[in-house]
Amino acid sequence: MTATALHPRLQEIAGEFNAVPESERLQLLLEFAQGLPPLPARYATQHDLLEPVPECQTPLFLAVEIDPDAAVHLFFDAPQEAPTTRGFAGILHAGLDGLSADEVLATPDEFTSQLGLQHLVSPLRLRGMAAMLGRIKRQIRERRS
Amino acid sequence: MVRWTVALPYDSAAKFADYAHPRMLVTTEWVAGHLEDPGLVVAESDEDVLLYETGHIPGAVKLDWHTELNDPVTRDYVDGAAFARLMSSKGITRDTTLVLYGDRNNWWAAYALWVCSLFGHPDLRLMDGGRAKWFAEGRPVTTEAPQRPLTDYPVVERDDTQIRAFQDQVLAHLGKPLIDVRSPGEYTGELLHMPDYPQEGALRGGHIPGAKSVPWSRAAAEDATFRPRAELEAIYQDEAGLRPDDDVVVYCRIGERSSHTWFVLHHLLGYPHVRNYDGSWTEWGNSVRVPITRGENP
Repeated sequence: MTATALHPRLQEIAGEFNAVPESERLQLLLEFAQGLPPLPARYATQHDLLEPVPECQTPLFLAVEIDPDAAVHLFFDAPQEAPTTRGFAGILHAGLDGLSADEVLATPDEFTSQLGLQHLVSPLRLRGMAAMLGRIKRQIRERRS
Repeated sequence: MVRWTVALPYDSAAKFADYAHPRMLVTTEWVAGHLEDPGLVVAESDEDVLLYETGHIPGAVKLDWHTELNDPVTRDYVDGAAFARLMSSKGITRDTTLVLYGDRNNWWAAYALWVCSLFGHPDLRLMDGGRAKWFAEGRPVTTEAPQRPLTDYPVVERDDTQIRAFQDQVLAHLGKPLIDVRSPGEYTGELLHMPDYPQEGALRGGHIPGAKSVPWSRAAAEDATFRPRAELEAIYQDEAGLRPDDDVVVYCRIGERSSHTWFVLHHLLGYPHVRNYDGSWTEWGNSVRVPITRGENP
């Protein structure tokens, strides 16, 4: 495990994945896919406000908002027929939405490799989730500079 | 032990009759009508590794390109022994009629079919229109994964000499017909200049010198089925200038989209010499001193 501490919420998610046998991890990922909240109307009607993530093999769009009190809110849009991508987005939403900008920025980039999904999902697919995290962090840094 | 197996009937759909190898395709109707037949295994192969879990054709097994067909260490496909174990675990025998289908206009299903062809599985078929068509027609789906008894699938070594091309062979092939099936932006080498996010998979953008651009999707109709033969001939022969006796190499980024075009050229148009260069752009674009061409011209 890495020296960089994971936020307790991310730790809990990583713990959940690692606690179930490999045969049930995809099911858990599917639950995160199903838990991804729908896009609010203001984005659904103005899709160009969302940033595309071309590293994902299926189209994924995301938006980052920062509250006046520095809480980060994340919005994702991915088609229903891309449950893996939705699952990755669901994990990031469950783990990061509502945290402070500093807490999100402190998320280690290698978080995506701590879910025990490499054999089940393949590193290439996991790269899409790493790219989402990278873009979220970049957007936060840009807002603050 | 002598076992008598009766091959499943071929699909006599009129559209297929025009293709060079009509036996390689079945319609969704055909699959729906044969689901209970012993001797048939339907396998779903998707880009998205979770899609099967959200619902699939009743009785269909899952066959994953990434985690099952590749050897994780050698950057190659599994070997004969591993392929035999894989087929056995899916309840597939050497006599099984294996029907493949999947998402994304059957890219991945065509890819799986191409890999199974390397092992010479005798009866392989693709369900025309794939997953999208089955679902669009409101046909039955289930989330239940079937448990099939293990089989004794024989160990058959992979034959990489007929339908697969390696980089050195493609280098020797330069000047002969090559089809790049990626999107136009990938072909020209246009890069996404996003800060901090290097172009996925390759250091250089462009195409193999001499390759013509025919995006794979041109062979697919709106409903994900293959276009009729006459339309395919117009695309590949009249436009791209291929001739049926050409020695053709097709490629994409990792060899999956080009499996779709390989299927079209070899099985639908009947070209005998078509090879898929599965190293594709992730290998070619990164290789030291291997020539590339940028821009719109071959």
